[in-house]
Amino acid sequence: MSASLRGPLYFAIMASLLAIVGFYQSWNLALAIVNLCLISSIMALGVNMQWGYAGLFNVGTMGFAAIGGVAAVLIAMPPVTEAVSAGGGGVILSLLCVIATAGAIYLIRKKMPPSARRSWLTAGVVLVGYYAVRSFFDPAVDRIEAIDPALTGYLGGLGLPIMVSWIVGGIMAAGVAWIIGKIALGLRSDYLAIATLGISEIIVFIAKNEDWMTRGVKNVTGLPRPVPFEVDLQADPAFVEWANWFGVSVIEFSSIVVKLAYAGLFLTVLLILLWLSERALNSPWGRMMRAIRDNENAAEAMGKDVTGRHLQIFILGSAVCGIAGAMLTTLDGQFTPSSYNPLRFTFLIWVMVIIGGSGNNWGSVLGAFVIWFVWIQAEPVGLWLMDVITSGLEEGNALREHLLESAAHMRMVMMGLILLLALRFSPRGLLPEKVRTS
Amino acid sequence: MTDILNAIVVFANFVLVPGASYGAQLALGALGITLVYGVLRFSNFAHGDTMAFGAMGTILATWWLQSMGVSLGPIPTALLALPAGIAFAAALLLLTDRYVYKFYRAQRSKPVIFVIVSVGVMFITNGLVRFIIGVDDQRFNDGARFIIRARDFKEMTGLKEGLAIKASAGITLLVAAIAVIALFWFLQKTRTGKAMRAYSDNEDLALLSGVNPDRVVMVCWLLVAVLATVAGTLYGLDKSFKPFTYFQLLLPMFAAAIVGGIGNPVGAILGGFVIAFSEVTITYAYKRVLGHLGMETDTLVQLLGTEYKFAVSFVILVVVLLIRPTGLLRGKTI
Repeated sequence: MSASLRGPLYFAIMASLLAIVGFYQSWNLALAIVNLCLISSIMALGVNMQWGYAGLFNVGTMGFAAIGGVAAVLIAMPPVTEAVSAGGGGVILSLLCVIATAGAIYLIRKKMPPSARRSWLTAGVVLVGYYAVRSFFDPAVDRIEAIDPALTGYLGGLGLPIMVSWIVGGIMAAGVAWIIGKIALGLRSDYLAIATLGISEIIVFIAKNEDWMTRGVKNVTGLPRPVPFEVDLQADPAFVEWANWFGVSVIEFSSIVVKLAYAGLFLTVLLILLWLSERALNSPWGRMMRAIRDNENAAEAMGKDVTGRHLQIFILGSAVCGIAGAMLTTLDGQFTPSSYNPLRFTFLIWVMVIIGGSGNNWGSVLGAFVIWFVWIQAEPVGLWLMDVITSGLEEGNALREHLLESAAHMRMVMMGLILLLALRFSPRGLLPEKVRTS
Repeated sequence: MTDILNAIVVFANFVLVPGASYGAQLALGALGITLVYGVLRFSNFAHGDTMAFGAMGTILATWWLQSMGVSLGPIPTALLALPAGIAFAAALLLLTDRYVYKFYRAQRSKPVIFVIVSVGVMFITNGLVRFIIGVDDQRFNDGARFIIRARDFKEMTGLKEGLAIKASAGITLLVAAIAVIALFWFLQKTRTGKAMRAYSDNEDLALLSGVNPDRVVMVCWLLVAVLATVAGTLYGLDKSFKPFTYFQLLLPMFAAAIVGGIGNPVGAILGGFVIAFSEVTITYAYKRVLGHLGMETDTLVQLLGTEYKFAVSFVILVVVLLIRPTGLLRGKTI
């Protein structure tokens, strides 16, 4: 089979699988899967930029997605005016203190030659800065969190349209990526992995514990939506007529239409990003990236700034993950910090990229669709399989009960097996990167 | 004078004792990571879940022993069940090595490929643990709870503050010390241990000198199985066994290994204690200690909330990466 036919064929198979779900289970479910597939595709695109173009191993996708979620809250929620007037100033002052401290340390380390005096001075500045920050921050936070904690107890957001947060989420993720990249790039490749794993855990910890910003584990619910609410649609007589014309119940039809609207938005973002990535990959810049990935030393000898390019691609890829994170929170309509789990938000995305074909943007999209589909459908299939295996045992048998209960965990094992088998037997993935010869 | 003693006792009770036992657990975990790094040359992301797997084996064996009516009195039955847990973990590690890592070793793949492969192994191990024992908390400590109770200590010394030492803390330190001494004896004195160090130091030279690489790798995995199971079981005895917490231990353990100098066993132990004591001292509220010293404060005098203890290990990791990427003791050989 020629390579050019492979892509369309695989996508057609994927589409028909989703159609089968639509016909046999429900269109609602099929569309829910599609929406998450689209978001996962964007995350996979981001990871693919880092791994596929440049060979950077970033296992902090979860953190960047969480930053996108925080952006959605900070942009879209209406401001809590009382809290802002009570503690907004203090938070801003403490932020200024952080910036001033960082600036002072930067200046000291830039201007003074390395010496014991410099180290002591740095330590002193850190200590003073820390106390300054705490003295503004703590009372402000107490005041903010005291205001109606059951309903708000946080600063709220800017009250802008939520789609603005998709861009802001990308920018915030890029900022964090810049800091991590500055530290960990240029060291051994494993160190980037460990550093990103750590920072992603910490970002989620911050989202869980800084109640003044994200309400912590109390969650932020009722985020504004870019699409109409189902109930509003159901109340609209024109819509009801439309549903009748299709011969579907109004409630089901409204939820399908809303999901389709989301899918349209996500697809637009995906196509824009895909177009940009393809353009970048096929440009001289993309060629340079591949050269660096394939042989860092040779590329450096040719005068390419390897660490600089790595930093650039690391920031770009993380920004794409941040965009996807903001979109995910938009789709959920709520921000729940405790739902961020590295297996689901980092390593699953990695499986998608590797299965799809690292270095190939279309491969990442395909991988995201395939793996998300399998991830969702593995649960009923696993349950069914366990039911068949244990059908010899009578009802209420302890082993049978245990196996049925734990069937859900088998999808972890399955993902691990898929990853290992793919790496071993088809390391180039479903849609391999084009081999370019000249 | 008694004020100072009271302050010291509070400090020991909430910082020194918990820090020491947590440090010993981290050190054992970091030793496993550092051994894999030294001999097989990659960062093993599956190590946390290997610990969970070994601890799970121990728990299952403990339950079996308990059902047979075996008990060690004040000492937890789990210590008797350790060999079974080690056998579990060793079987898992040797199987994954045979069917997963060996292929990439033969190909001489880049370290980052090994890391990704270890992520796959992590998925499978994690899934197996959840599948076999479930995701809930498992308490399996059936031994005595305390070596010294806070009340007894107060009566003994007449001080206002009590010092409680949990039995699990004492057992942790004792077992960890035995394991570390045995490991160092093995690495320094036995022929196989010397071969391992030679292989880690310079693979080609070791091969020329007739070191059998397959044997070195196998022994390395066996040692890792012992260390991971002991670390996982001690952590489970001290806190409680929950599969997900072992994944979260990965970051402090990596931090410990890197801070001490990755590939260097002495460094891993040093790093474990550095990380553990930093976490505990930075997240401890010093209000009571200062109160005894005559410095009454309104605030808790806590540098960082306890929920951020993982951030501490990360910050230390970052500082070490920035200032001294090779770690406190020069790393990369065992």
